[in-house]
Amino acid sequence: MRAGVVVFPGSNCDRDLAMGFESIGAKVTMVWHKDTSLPEGLDIIGIPGGFSFGDYLRCGAIAAQSPICRAVSDFAGRGGHVIGICNGFQVLTETRLLPGSLMRNAGLKYICKTVTLTAQTDDGPFTNALKRGQKLNVPIAHHDGNYVVDDALLTQLRDQDRIAFTYDDNPNGSVGDVAGVLSENRRVLGMMPHPERAIDAAHGGRDGTSLFQSMLTVFADA
Amino acid sequence: MKARVHVMLKEGVLDPQGEAVRHALGTLGFEGVKGVRQGKVIDLELDEGTGENSVREMCEKLLANTVIESYQIEVS
Repeated sequence: MRAGVVVFPGSNCDRDLAMGFESIGAKVTMVWHKDTSLPEGLDIIGIPGGFSFGDYLRCGAIAAQSPICRAVSDFAGRGGHVIGICNGFQVLTETRLLPGSLMRNAGLKYICKTVTLTAQTDDGPFTNALKRGQKLNVPIAHHDGNYVVDDALLTQLRDQDRIAFTYDDNPNGSVGDVAGVLSENRRVLGMMPHPERAIDAAHGGRDGTSLFQSMLTVFADA
Repeated sequence: MKARVHVMLKEGVLDPQGEAVRHALGTLGFEGVKGVRQGKVIDLELDEGTGENSVREMCEKLLANTVIESYQIEVS
């Protein structure tokens, strides 16, 4: 399995995400935002958390226009797998690879704590090692995680089983308690919580490993 | 030439920051503030002859997130 992790100025979870991929034996290549193409033969691209370009204009807006994001969009368009975590999720909505948008938290505060999620689907490369309804304790650390879509789109996402995770106790005002969503082909996942920060018991829990284990089942032979 | 772009959250999109400002105004004793919406003003200095269409494209591609925001352009 070969994974790429995109690095923007202001990314701060890039190495954590690389370690997440390495925990399932992936060979990881870090990819600079000014690169115009991805390394050959990647199975998956990770867009990490952080504060790309200082969150200027809107979170993820400048990163979404960077040269590498054009390559990531093309990769996803060819059926490539992409996971965006936290700021990475914001980048994926700004590139329109995922629907909706992430606004300022309803309580206006930056929230850094462990939350309980419910896996809403077991279908797809990021959740197949989970059971529907399974609980995960995973940290969040964000100021702009308030997921917004209109009612029609929320219904569509539910009907298409594209809501990957919900918050049990909604911390940020997200519609429908949505914590993570999938693309229509289920190969692009965006989520605000940080599974890559929950893979080592010394960090408070290992519930994040289930996402990486799911990826492993897809890419085990790759 | 100059252009000024106003970016506002679309109607129907809840504005938590505007709501906080409204609350703070109430705390200061300003009564009757029924709603506050907060937006952005972006001033552009452009080459003479830059078309409004070009500014519109800038808004669509970067300056506004049209999923949740609307924009208005003033050219002067």
